[in-house]
Amino acid sequence: MSASNAAHSIIEPSTGARRFAGLLVILYAIITMVPLAWIVLTSFKSPDDAISYPPKVVFKPSLEGYCNVFTTRSRQTQEFIQTLGSPQGLCDNIARSRNMVVAGPSNYVPRFINSLIIAFGSTALAVALGTLSAYGFSRFRVPLKDDLLFFILSTRMMPPIAVAIPIYLMYRTVGLSDTRVGMILLYTSVNVSLAVWLLKGFIDEIPREYEEAAMIDGYTRFQAFVKVVLPQATTGIAATAIFCLIFAWNEYAFAVLLTSGNAQTAPPFIPIIIGEGGQDWPAVAAGTTIFLVPIVVFTVLLRKHLLRGITFGAVRK
Amino acid sequence: MAQIRVEALDKSFGTFHAVKAASFTVEDGQFLCLLGPSGCGKTTTLRMIAGLELPTAGTIWLGGEDVTMNRASARDIAFVFQLFALYPHMNVRRNIGFPLKCEGVGAAERDRRVVEAARILRISHLLGRSVSGLAGGDRQRVALGRAIVRKPKCFLMDEPLGALDTEMREAMIHELRALHDRLGATTVYVTHDQLEAMAMADIIAVMNNGVVEQVASPRDVYDRPASLFVADFIGSPPMNFLPFFGSLQTGAQAVWLGEREVAIPAAREALAESDLVLGVRPEHVRFSDRGMVRGEVYGSEYLGTTQIVTVTTHYGALKARSPSSIYFRTGESVGLDFRPDTLSVFDKASGRAIRTALYEGGAHG
Repeated sequence: MSASNAAHSIIEPSTGARRFAGLLVILYAIITMVPLAWIVLTSFKSPDDAISYPPKVVFKPSLEGYCNVFTTRSRQTQEFIQTLGSPQGLCDNIARSRNMVVAGPSNYVPRFINSLIIAFGSTALAVALGTLSAYGFSRFRVPLKDDLLFFILSTRMMPPIAVAIPIYLMYRTVGLSDTRVGMILLYTSVNVSLAVWLLKGFIDEIPREYEEAAMIDGYTRFQAFVKVVLPQATTGIAATAIFCLIFAWNEYAFAVLLTSGNAQTAPPFIPIIIGEGGQDWPAVAAGTTIFLVPIVVFTVLLRKHLLRGITFGAVRK
Repeated sequence: MAQIRVEALDKSFGTFHAVKAASFTVEDGQFLCLLGPSGCGKTTTLRMIAGLELPTAGTIWLGGEDVTMNRASARDIAFVFQLFALYPHMNVRRNIGFPLKCEGVGAAERDRRVVEAARILRISHLLGRSVSGLAGGDRQRVALGRAIVRKPKCFLMDEPLGALDTEMREAMIHELRALHDRLGATTVYVTHDQLEAMAMADIIAVMNNGVVEQVASPRDVYDRPASLFVADFIGSPPMNFLPFFGSLQTGAQAVWLGEREVAIPAAREALAESDLVLGVRPEHVRFSDRGMVRGEVYGSEYLGTTQIVTVTTHYGALKARSPSSIYFRTGESVGLDFRPDTLSVFDKASGRAIRTALYEGGAHG
C-alpha cells in the first residue's frame, strides 16, 4: 500500500483523470470532424481554390460547386454567348464567366429522391417487419426459436456484397434490376436481421404484464401491442431505424451494381460527376454535403432515443 | 359480481405439472386467498381464472357460465398485478380510464367514473400526474382504480402488496379489505404471506406443489389443518410435530407416544398400526411439573407480550408460547403438557389429518 494522504473517491474520477478524458474526447472529435469540414469547405470553393496547394482555409466563397451539381452546362463561343440575352439566374451567370451556358438540370435531384425513397422505404419496412417478428419471438413459444434467431443473425455474418453476383442475376431474371422496389427489398432483407435482434432486446425488457393488463381490460392482443407495447418500444424503434437508415442511405456497392438509369441512388451518382468535364471537386463536395443533410437531420431528431438506445438494458427503471 | 367455481383444474408446462386437480368455489362477494409457497401453482391458478393461461384440463365457472376457454378480454374480470402494470406513457387519469375506452364509454361518462373511482381510493389529487413519479402505495391505488372503474364480475389480485414496504403493506391490507367490503366484489387474492391471508380472507385455499391442500376459513386453517403441510406452513412458529408409531380405534380419546398416554379429540376413524404424527400448536403447549413430556430449555425468543421457548425433548425440539413474564433458564429441566382438545393427528405417509372430533375431515372444512 502506498501512503496517499489525499482522500479519494472510488466513484468520482480525479480532476486530472477527468481533464485527460476530456482532452481525448476533444481530440477525437477534431479528428473525426476534419474530413467533414474539408468537404463542406471545398463545396464552397472555386475549382482553382479547391486544388490549390497548400489547401486554403480562407477563401472567397463561391456557389459554383452547388450550381454545377444541379445543372448540366455546355461550352460555347464568346460570340454565341453574346447573342443570348441577360443571364438566367445565378448559376447561368457563373457558367457564362467560364464561357459556358446552363443546358438543363442535372440528374442529381432524381438520384437524391431515389435515395430518399429507397432508404426511408427500406428502413420503414425493416423496422415494421423487425418489430412484429421481435414481438413474436419475445412473447410466443416459437418452435426452434433459438435456431431461427441464429439463422436470422447468420444472414448478417457474411458481407452482403459476397452474394452480389447471384443477386444481380436473380434481379435481372425477375425484373427487379434497376427498380426502386428491388432496392427497397434488398436493403430491407439486409437490415431486417439487425432490426429483429435489436428490437427483441428492447421488447424483452417490456414486462408482459402490460399487455396482459390491456387484454384483461378488453383489448385484443393486436390492440394491446399497438396501444401498450409500441409506445414503450419507441426508443428501440428509433435506435433501430437510425441504424437501418444509415446502412441503406450509405450503401454503395449494390447500388453501383444493380441501378443505372432509373433507380440509381446518390452514392453511385456523386463520383460520376468527376468524369463530366474535368475533375470538378467543388461539385463533388457540394453533392456530398447535400447528401449528408438528411441523415444528420434524422439523427439529430432522434438523438435522444439513440443515446438511450445504445445503452439499452444497462439501466432498469 | 359473481360466483367463481373452479373444478378439477389441471395445468402442465411440458413435463412440469404446475396445478393438479384444483377445485374450489368462491361465493358471490367472498374474498378468497390462494396461499402457498412460491412455485406452488397459486399464480398459475389465478392466471387460468383470468384467462391468461389456458388449463390443460378442468372447468372454470364464472357467474354460472363456463368460461374455461374464453379469452381474457371476454371474461369481464379485473386483474391487479404485483408490479402494478401501469402504462408509463399515460397519466393517472388515462390509466384508470383505459379499460372504459375499450368498452366505448363516452368521454363525459368515462371521466365521471374515473373521478368516482379516484374518490373511492382517495387519489383524486393525483389524476393529472404521470404514473412514473408516484410512490408505491399510490401506484397500487391507481392499479386498483383501473380494476374497480369498470365494475367487473370479480377481482383477481396477484400479490398486489408484494412490492410495497412493510408499513405501506399494513395500511393497504386494511384498505383493500375495506374496499372489498364496500364494493362486495368477489375477489381471489394470491399471496405467500400468511399474515396477509389471515387478515383479509373470508376463506383461504392453501396450495402446495400444485395441489389445493385445504379450503377453509382462516380460523379453521389454523386450528384444524387438513394436512401436515398446512399445519407446518400456517403459523409462526409452525405447529410442533411429535412422530410416533401406533394404531387408532374409532372413538379413541388418547394415543400412546411410546409409553406415555396423550389425550386427543375423539378419533372419527380407525387406523391400523402405522407411523403417525401428533401436532400441537406452540400456544397449546403448557409448562407443568407433572407434564408427560420432559425436556430441557434450549433457549427463548422474546416477542414482547409472549416468548417462544424452545425445549429439547425425546421427540425433538418443541416450541412453546408462554407469557414473557415467566423466566426460563437455559438448561433448566421442564415438563410439558398439551391441551387435549386442540391436538391434530396426521398420517405420516400421506400427510393427511386423521378425522377427529376437532377435525371433521375433507379438504373443504
